[in-house]
Amino acid sequence: MMENLSISDPPLQGPGGIPPGVLGRPPPQAQAQPQQLPAQMFTTAAQLLDLTDKKLMLALRDGRKLTGILRSWDQFANLVLQSTRERIFVPPGSGPDPSRGLYADIDKGIFLVRGENVLLLGEIDLDKDDDPPPGYDLAEVELVQSLAKARKAEEKLKEKSKVRKLAAIGFEGESQGEVLL
Amino acid sequence: MLFFSFFKTLIDQEVTVELKNDIQIRGILKSVDQYLNIKLEDISVVEELKYPHLSAVKNVFIRGSVVRYVHLPAGAVDIPLLEDATRREAANQAGKAK
Repeated sequence: MMENLSISDPPLQGPGGIPPGVLGRPPPQAQAQPQQLPAQMFTTAAQLLDLTDKKLMLALRDGRKLTGILRSWDQFANLVLQSTRERIFVPPGSGPDPSRGLYADIDKGIFLVRGENVLLLGEIDLDKDDDPPPGYDLAEVELVQSLAKARKAEEKLKEKSKVRKLAAIGFEGESQGEVLL
Repeated sequence: MLFFSFFKTLIDQEVTVELKNDIQIRGILKSVDQYLNIKLEDISVVEELKYPHLSAVKNVFIRGSVVRYVHLPAGAVDIPLLEDATRREAANQAGKAK
């Protein structure tokens, strides 16, 4: 709102301001419509503004999935999350029941995330938040951690051989140096 | 800025955003900024079973740098207008280069 005002504009009539009409100035016309933000305000900041103090799911560049309450941010999408929990998943096929996936949550506390590491962030629908993701069951943290670790190692090996094969015929792997999961 | 303007014309349309990690997210385009960061509402994930972390999420903010493709509804694109804008942009760029 402030940026639309100039020195020549009449002062705002706040609760503590001069009552309208006292100094001989006619009362200002009531604004016909609510103030709209200018188009250039639809920047990163404006999009993050309405996510503030909401529970978010944050996917990081290294594949981690965090949930937490967004408390602060800036124009680079550097973020501060409160009550952060990391959720780790093991897709169906590697757990005790091959038709079901597993997940576990680990409490992490407060996170300050540098913007460049953010893949995407999503507002969590609180109605669905307590339900486990379809096809997945909650399991012991240690179990999920060890399964996820084994899986990651396996995938890394696969990726490595893929990149090596591609490099041998002159391609540079798409995700070299930046693992996206 | 051409693509920024172009995406602004697609606001409130349903688009599918494919990320560099192969996730495809379909949703209503709600906002886009100068970095082509994208905000989608009412999302659904193609191959939901593979990406369980998005099951409770209703709207997402996607960093522009991780987007691979945006699939657009063909009907929402005004092709003559886009062609015009492209030529104008190219002319502007050529003018600037001189």
